[in-house]
Amino acid sequence: MANPTGIGASVRRREDQRFLTGRGTYTEDIKRPNQTHVHMLRSPYAHARIRGVNAADALKAPGVVAVFTGADMAADNVNSLPCGWLIHSKDGSPMKEPPHFPIARDKARYVGDIVAVVIAETREQAKDAAELIDVGYEDLPAVVSLRQAVDGSAAQVHDEVAGNLCYDWHLGDAAAVDAAFAGAAHVTKLDLVNNRLVPNAMEPRAALGEYDPATGEHTLTTTSQNPHVIRLLMGAFVLGIPEHKLRVVAPDVGGGFGSKIFHYGEEAIVTWAAKKVGRPVKWTAERSESFLSDAHGRDHLTHAELALDKDGNFLALKVSTLANMGAYLSTFSTSIPTYLYATLLAGQYKTPAIYAEVKALFTNTAPVDAYRGAGRPEACYLIERLVEIAAREMGIDKTEIRRRNFVPAEAMPYQTPVALQYDTGDFAKNLDMALPAVDYAGFAQRKAEAAKRGRLRGIGFATYIEACGIAPSNVAGALGARAGLYESAEVRFHPTGSVTVFTGSHSHGQGHETTFAQIVAERFGIPIENVEIVHGDTAKVPFGMGTYGSRSLAVGGSALVKAMDKVERKARKIAAHLMEAAETDIEVKDGRFTVAGTDKSVGIGDIALAAYVPHNFPLDELEPGLDEQAFYDPKNFTYPNGCHVCEVEIDPDTGVVSVESFSAVDDFGRVINPLIVEGQVHGGIVQGIGQALFENCVYDEDTGQLITGSYMDYCMPRAHDVPSFAVSWHEDQPCTHNPLGVKGCGEAGTIGAAAAVMNAVIDALAEHGVTHLDMPATPEKVWRALNQSRPAMAAE
Amino acid sequence: MYAFEYRRPASLAEAVSLLSQAEEGKILAGGQTLLPTLKQRLARPTELIDLSKVPELKGIREDGGALVIGAFACHAEVGASDLVKRRIPALADLAVHIGDRQVRALGTLGGSIANADPAADYPAAVVALKGTVKTDLREIAGDDFFTGMFETALNPGEVITGVRFQAPDKAAYAKFRNPASRYAIVGVFVARFGNEVRVAVTGAGPSVFCVTDMEAALAKDFRADALSGVAVSANGLNGDIHASPEYRAHLVTVMAKRAVEACA
Repeated sequence: MANPTGIGASVRRREDQRFLTGRGTYTEDIKRPNQTHVHMLRSPYAHARIRGVNAADALKAPGVVAVFTGADMAADNVNSLPCGWLIHSKDGSPMKEPPHFPIARDKARYVGDIVAVVIAETREQAKDAAELIDVGYEDLPAVVSLRQAVDGSAAQVHDEVAGNLCYDWHLGDAAAVDAAFAGAAHVTKLDLVNNRLVPNAMEPRAALGEYDPATGEHTLTTTSQNPHVIRLLMGAFVLGIPEHKLRVVAPDVGGGFGSKIFHYGEEAIVTWAAKKVGRPVKWTAERSESFLSDAHGRDHLTHAELALDKDGNFLALKVSTLANMGAYLSTFSTSIPTYLYATLLAGQYKTPAIYAEVKALFTNTAPVDAYRGAGRPEACYLIERLVEIAAREMGIDKTEIRRRNFVPAEAMPYQTPVALQYDTGDFAKNLDMALPAVDYAGFAQRKAEAAKRGRLRGIGFATYIEACGIAPSNVAGALGARAGLYESAEVRFHPTGSVTVFTGSHSHGQGHETTFAQIVAERFGIPIENVEIVHGDTAKVPFGMGTYGSRSLAVGGSALVKAMDKVERKARKIAAHLMEAAETDIEVKDGRFTVAGTDKSVGIGDIALAAYVPHNFPLDELEPGLDEQAFYDPKNFTYPNGCHVCEVEIDPDTGVVSVESFSAVDDFGRVINPLIVEGQVHGGIVQGIGQALFENCVYDEDTGQLITGSYMDYCMPRAHDVPSFAVSWHEDQPCTHNPLGVKGCGEAGTIGAAAAVMNAVIDALAEHGVTHLDMPATPEKVWRALNQSRPAMAAE
Repeated sequence: MYAFEYRRPASLAEAVSLLSQAEEGKILAGGQTLLPTLKQRLARPTELIDLSKVPELKGIREDGGALVIGAFACHAEVGASDLVKRRIPALADLAVHIGDRQVRALGTLGGSIANADPAADYPAAVVALKGTVKTDLREIAGDDFFTGMFETALNPGEVITGVRFQAPDKAAYAKFRNPASRYAIVGVFVARFGNEVRVAVTGAGPSVFCVTDMEAALAKDFRADALSGVAVSANGLNGDIHASPEYRAHLVTVMAKRAVEACA
């Protein structure tokens, strides 16, 4: 009988009991004796020279413990926050990496840049005192938008970075692309904006720094997706604290979506300041601080052209993208519009020639980095918009043009012209599953029925493929990654047979405490109640890279399997000893070790006891204990893929778009917990719908002030904005190069959804001559598209 | 939030007295705008005078053909009131669509109209329903009460005690919500009293206003189609990242039609 809590079971998330009953422990919940509070004084200017910081009055204010500035950090040799991926420009020169100090020194470069910090007995006292600090700002002209940044006459964010250009990178075969365009029967062109987004994790960022003078040990508790990465970056590059004296803990974390991967200045500030003041220092962002200072996502301007032959076969794709880095390089910012975007531009199609150029630019805005999907939603949106425009221009059905160009399943493994090698995928099957599920044949009837009600109905498709579990480390290193990309796991059997797993992955909503336990339960034939998953503490778990890019199961799960393999190898030897049989005669199934052809067997629990109470144990051959560790470095990326279909209706009187249905057919390889996978897909789809219809981060182009600085103006999707989703998948294309056959599911919904929604919106508007709209498709934008003679929007 | 003194008077007289004595007093009437403002340190009152225990501001009652709603009636109370639902269902409907559940549980009628947010819902009802704002000193016609963006006819220290709404023959409120904040980008309250029709618009301009051309057209022919030829000028309307003045002007007509249809 299958293990009821093993692989494939929809086990309810074990962690939800504590989350839903308010018993989680988040960073802000941790209150240390004698703890102080730090307030970050942030620049109100987008670009200003700092002539001086006078904190004399603030230091006299009630409850104030200390005020620190960039000069204080400089005096202690605190360094710049490092960037984790070096990109080289077309000409071979390395990208420009201007320093990014936790507290600004010479200039403030975005609204929200930290210029001083106040430490006080209470948060309110720190804020009161911060108002008494006199910062001598000299306001400078700001560079806000990408268009401004590339304008040669624009101001410079960093004096040493000419033209605000971080790098000018390219990928692919330009000559082959030009040749293909020269012979094309049709060329589809598109200019698009990939709108800037604010991540909005439910829990705002927080950090608590502690220093123990008795041991010289620093502890940082922080809202991180990858505590070891923070320890490495902050310890080795910023503060100069050796790893054995620096512990980083990421306890319960309430959502990240990428925004909590990065090493932020506030983490370095509380860690450094805790030693300076000799007391714990706590910082918790207010929501408006999150808007200003969390790394934002997306923000591309792109021109793209697709060349086709007369039958609609794709011949070549040419892409030119401007990517906004914001004011400084956040940890993985530089890799997002390059190795996580341009390498995905083949999509599911066998386009033979692709060339992409990406210019990364500095602006006086918050740093931009990975946000759920990270480069891949941008690639998917670009490709899938182009494909639908091409289909319409050439009079080919939008599903047919895709089918003609799919990489066929039998062509796997498939080498794309943009560096990736897809291992598995049956894209036609995804589409074949989707079409009846969405009743594509009945769409015309639904559209006609909607028209009777005065509504415009549209259907949009998006196929996507993503590259997850970035690896192998040596290849990533050759491409500029400054870190390894493996994962770790330790499987510790206890004497009476229960298990603690230490994983380098980090759960901040993904449900690892359930899913990872299911994998162990399945392997050893035990209930998940006997398995504890420990993560998020560098003092407990082996060095791990954390959770991002849908990597946990594919990489961390594989490390877990490797560690279990080691446990089993040792257990087999112990079993052979206990049953006085040859090791080669031992058969293992569901945690029982049997001598082949006999009824002699021992369970893993008995073996664990023998390992820790080694009275009858092969001590001359084996060490006692049953505790194994493994690191796993993947051979390749994994390639989740799928087909998303959306139907919308538009009220032409108001321009309001309503999402009527959304269906997703996905290939995630093998699925461990269907319930959790479905939840991941649901959340991802909502975020994709959010980008398509609601979310837009807007800075004032003149002043660089963040206009959408709260939920009054930044529109998050709400439950009633979305329909019930139809989510399905197949498992017959498992990943070929990891032991579980898993591909990852965390970002898929976000990657496909925005393109599917926008294709549906444009489909609904097509009869009115609309060929493209930029996201988000807000009511006024849609209404104007329907009434194109009207003057331009006053406020844009 | 800056420090302030908190007062909770037990009578209207005490409230008025505390307010007059305060250095820079602010009335706390639900606090759904005031508290976020304080948290962001955008206001610095010396004293907050909480009216939640003032009995004179409570209750909803009939007064001849009108309804008198106490200034401290919260939106949820107005929305759930059988009396309001029976006498002016459009007003109950307006109340249950203000903000979210938490706002409706704390925000009050008096607090809303005293704040006179250009995107608030209640001002449209006060004007369209020929309301009279009652204060500790006098009665102010609804038409004269809202004088500009966040401005009213109230004198310093004057306390709203309630609003008298006339019960119309038919009425409806149609709101186009800001997708982010859920305030009205445009809200149109249409009310018919015999041959007289009122069309009051909130959200679109600096302050609530009546569209007299629409009122005249509907007085002749109370059907949505009667508004088809009546355009609203974008001049002087609000514009922001969510809606330009032109779009708001267009939405006034769309929402007015929907309100008339909802009256049927």
